[in-house]
Amino acid sequence: MSDLGFDTTLKKKKKVKKPTTEDSPGLDSKESTPQPPTDSSVDELFTGLKKKKKSSTKKSATTNEDSSIEKSKSPGLDEDLTASLGDLSLKKKKKKSTKNLDLNEFEQQLEEAGVEELGNINNNNNSQDDGFNVEQENLNNTLKYEDLLSRFFSILKKNNPELAGDRSGPKFRIPPPICQREGSKKTLFANVQEISSVLQRNPEHLIQYLFAELGTTGSIDGEKRLVLKGKFQPKQMESVLRRYIIEYVTCKTCKSMNTELKRESANRLHFLSCKACGSTKSVSSIKTGFQAQIGKRKKL
Amino acid sequence: MSTIQNLNAFDPFADTGDSEAQPTNYIHIRIQQRNGRKTLTTVQGVPAEYDLKKILKVLKKDFACNGNIVKDDDLGEVIQLQGDQRVKVSEFLTGQLQLPKKNIKIHGF
Ligand SMILES: [Zn+2]
Repeated sequence: MSDLGFDTTLKKKKKVKKPTTEDSPGLDSKESTPQPPTDSSVDELFTGLKKKKKSSTKKSATTNEDSSIEKSKSPGLDEDLTASLGDLSLKKKKKKSTKNLDLNEFEQQLEEAGVEELGNINNNNNSQDDGFNVEQENLNNTLKYEDLLSRFFSILKKNNPELAGDRSGPKFRIPPPICQREGSKKTLFANVQEISSVLQRNPEHLIQYLFAELGTTGSIDGEKRLVLKGKFQPKQMESVLRRYIIEYVTCKTCKSMNTELKRESANRLHFLSCKACGSTKSVSSIKTGFQAQIGKRKKL
Repeated sequence: MSTIQNLNAFDPFADTGDSEAQPTNYIHIRIQQRNGRKTLTTVQGVPAEYDLKKILKVLKKDFACNGNIVKDDDLGEVIQLQGDQRVKVSEFLTGQLQLPKKNIKIHGF
């Protein structure tokens, strides 16, 4: 079980991997782009489109307001734009270049027109909608479903990593355990509090589990750090934490780590209830089990 | 005699076997740190039908370590072995004694 948030290479993440690379040849032949349509190229395309959107919106705003000044130039621009939008058989690269041209021209026009468009926010918004629609149409016609899907997932991952099945998001990234030696016989587990808060567990519960699993005892110092008897490497702590997470944190049904540990007072059992799928499962209580007598002999 | 799969008797509420119906069945193998880098392995919950003394004799010889049997009031007889013998003990229990692996729980780091 190496996929428990410690690694960034989660199994789930792999599953969501974009399919763009698989169908790159088909795209290549269709659109005849010089470079394979990887993510970066798609991104490029989108940034280009955004630029165009901006330019078109601003341009329409300026044409509306400063028609007297711009009249001579704007029709040409419009042609340019319709050409680039309408002719879908055009290569992506070419489109981009026309866009850039548009932008340059537009900037020139802006300079000529002065800073007028600050007051025309309403106008801008309206025309922005138009521009967006045009852009949408353009996208639907040029881009393959796979590209759109990968774009959707990249946006989803950026804004809502949980929904994209990415559990390595900031919420469930478990910080690596920090273990320092305290003296020669004790270990200082510095970030128990932090880890237990990430796991949404009572630190007491986690500490109790650590004691039982490591067959040791310990105490909490003034800075809420855990002092364990015995020497433990961070790697060892990590493997114990992994088992704690498997047993007491991950939902057995959907593997989500967004769970809650509740204690039912009626039957004194602990229940793991999932906040993602709503399933509830009883978990065994922590048992220390047999503790061998170490050091002093038992008095008989 | 039905050849249709769906007509086969299947109880969806039957015990799947992975529940902790008999938690006493588990064999716990734990490790404890002693002074320095010395460790101790304890084997708790070996079924009573096995002769612990004979097992201990074999384990001691196989692992080249010392060990003894401790009687606990609640947990029965527990085998103690010097050093970290957890993996070897679990291999012995599954291999020689044919105990199911899911009944063995290895604790510790
Ligand atoms: Zn769940």
